[in-house]
Amino acid sequence: MERGRFRSPLARAIGLGSAKKGARHWFAERLTAVALVPLSLWFVASIIAHAGTDYAAFIGWLRAPLATSFMILLLIALFHHSALGLQVVIEDYVHSDAKFAAVIAVRLSCYGFAVAGIVATLRIAFGG
Amino acid sequence: MDRKPANLDSTPTQTRPLSPNIQIYRPQLTSVLSIANRISGLVLSLGAVGLVVWLTAAAAGPQTYRVVQSAIGSWAGRVVLFGCTFAFFLHLCGGIRHLVWDTVHGFELRSIYISGWAVVGASVALTVGAWVASLFIAGWH
Repeated sequence: MERGRFRSPLARAIGLGSAKKGARHWFAERLTAVALVPLSLWFVASIIAHAGTDYAAFIGWLRAPLATSFMILLLIALFHHSALGLQVVIEDYVHSDAKFAAVIAVRLSCYGFAVAGIVATLRIAFGG
Repeated sequence: MDRKPANLDSTPTQTRPLSPNIQIYRPQLTSVLSIANRISGLVLSLGAVGLVVWLTAAAAGPQTYRVVQSAIGSWAGRVVLFGCTFAFFLHLCGGIRHLVWDTVHGFELRSIYISGWAVVGASVALTVGAWVASLFIAGWH
């Protein structure tokens, strides 16, 4: 890195990517974290409140419009936050060519699980 | 960050140890909570997949739901669920600590240790509280 000292700040910055969206990942992680505080606490409190109840009671709870909405919001925030967090873990520990593939695999898996969860929630909410 | 221009890297003449050498440091509350936040995040990612499995089973019908419920209710299932509960509260409290740090507050060494022990205490208390409450409510239902 000694050689970098003799280069202009512009020359050192070239090739490192745009600075304009540098905070996007960081901000999205915080945004989803803030959303997850009430949503996850609502979920855990609801599960505790329904401990020991049967299938009908559980379905009845999730069918209420507010519970359906909260569950869908929870799934979106949860899997978005997971994708962002897992990406950082991969970037920190995987230094081979597998890094890019792993990030894509994690991203797509998170989207897939989020959609599967939302579809299941909607089936419970609107199913016969 | 990962696309450094090649001409900036000096060619190492021998293999040198890479920094940081975490294995030579004595574990401290700060470093342990840092890695615990990451590990609990990984555990909760798997827990999130479990949530989808559980919702999908419930959507499939009462028979499938019963199979998943009995798996959760088994001895191993309860241990996993207890671990997920602790990971949840640890990540939640640790995450709130991070959000406070984002406001540029609590960076003094004393504050770091106070908030660190508060995270440990709150996570343990909330995990035990959640399980006591759910076992109490389960008996009541």
